[in-house]
Amino acid sequence: MKFGVVTFPGSNCDQDMIDTLEISLGQKVEKLWHKENDLKGCDFIVLPGGFSFGDYLRSGAIAKFSPIMNEVIAHGQKGGYVMGVCNGFQILCETPLLDGALLHNDNQKFICKNIFLKPNSSDAAITKDLDPNKAYKIPIAHGEGRFFAPNDVIKSIQDNNQILFQYCDEEGNVTDESNPNGSIENIAGITNVGKNVFGMMPHPERAADENLSNIDGKFFFESILANLK
Amino acid sequence: MKFKAEIDVMPLEALLDPQGKAVSQSMGNLGLSEITNVRIGKHIRIFIEAASKEEAEAKTEEACKKLLVNEIMEGYTFTVTEAE
Repeated sequence: MKFGVVTFPGSNCDQDMIDTLEISLGQKVEKLWHKENDLKGCDFIVLPGGFSFGDYLRSGAIAKFSPIMNEVIAHGQKGGYVMGVCNGFQILCETPLLDGALLHNDNQKFICKNIFLKPNSSDAAITKDLDPNKAYKIPIAHGEGRFFAPNDVIKSIQDNNQILFQYCDEEGNVTDESNPNGSIENIAGITNVGKNVFGMMPHPERAADENLSNIDGKFFFESILANLK
Repeated sequence: MKFKAEIDVMPLEALLDPQGKAVSQSMGNLGLSEITNVRIGKHIRIFIEAASKEEAEAKTEEACKKLLVNEIMEGYTFTVTEAE
């Protein structure tokens, strides 16, 4: 298994992701520049957080047309693993790989803090080994994280068990008060129908090192590693 | 021939526009409480080389659909005129 982390102009969580995968999880990682046309044999592609292309026009809108994205989209469409965190999630929602869109937070603030996540779908690699009754503490850092999709799309996401994570309180209750940004159904992360593409606004890679006193995010990566097909 | 397209991109009516809402509230604070329902979008101007106005409109439409607008959250209108 080889991971590939894509860097776009304006990505700023790429090295955090590489360190998490290499140092905390002992995985092989290839750095991929957005202008490349080759995934270099990587099996699992990660689009990291940041502000690709300065968030110009809309978050993720321009990154979608970087040369490497043709390969990433093709990889995801034939069942290959792709994960987008924060800006990476915004990029994936601009592509055909994931449904929905991420709007400005309902309070018009950039929110940078720890929140709690409740794993929802249990048949995706990233959530399979997580405890559905535990609230995982993971940081968020975004201004545009309000997940939105039309009602029929939300229904099909629910029917196909595609909600990966919901914002919840410390006890794991999914409430309006624990929803930091106004996302529909408190959605913090989703997967595709094939369960091989994961997108989430919170940053598990920022909570995967004991020196940061929080390793809740490491469980997400361990679940991925244990359940890859 | 050269054409100019003036494109307006607006958040869909059904969606909360927090930026517009904040501006609406400040209208009241500065004594303009008659002004309500502010919604804020984007205005984009592009120039197009095309053989006809119809072709320029079709290219503008394609640019909107492929890049300039995300129709999950935004709607758009545009006008195309011959550029000087």
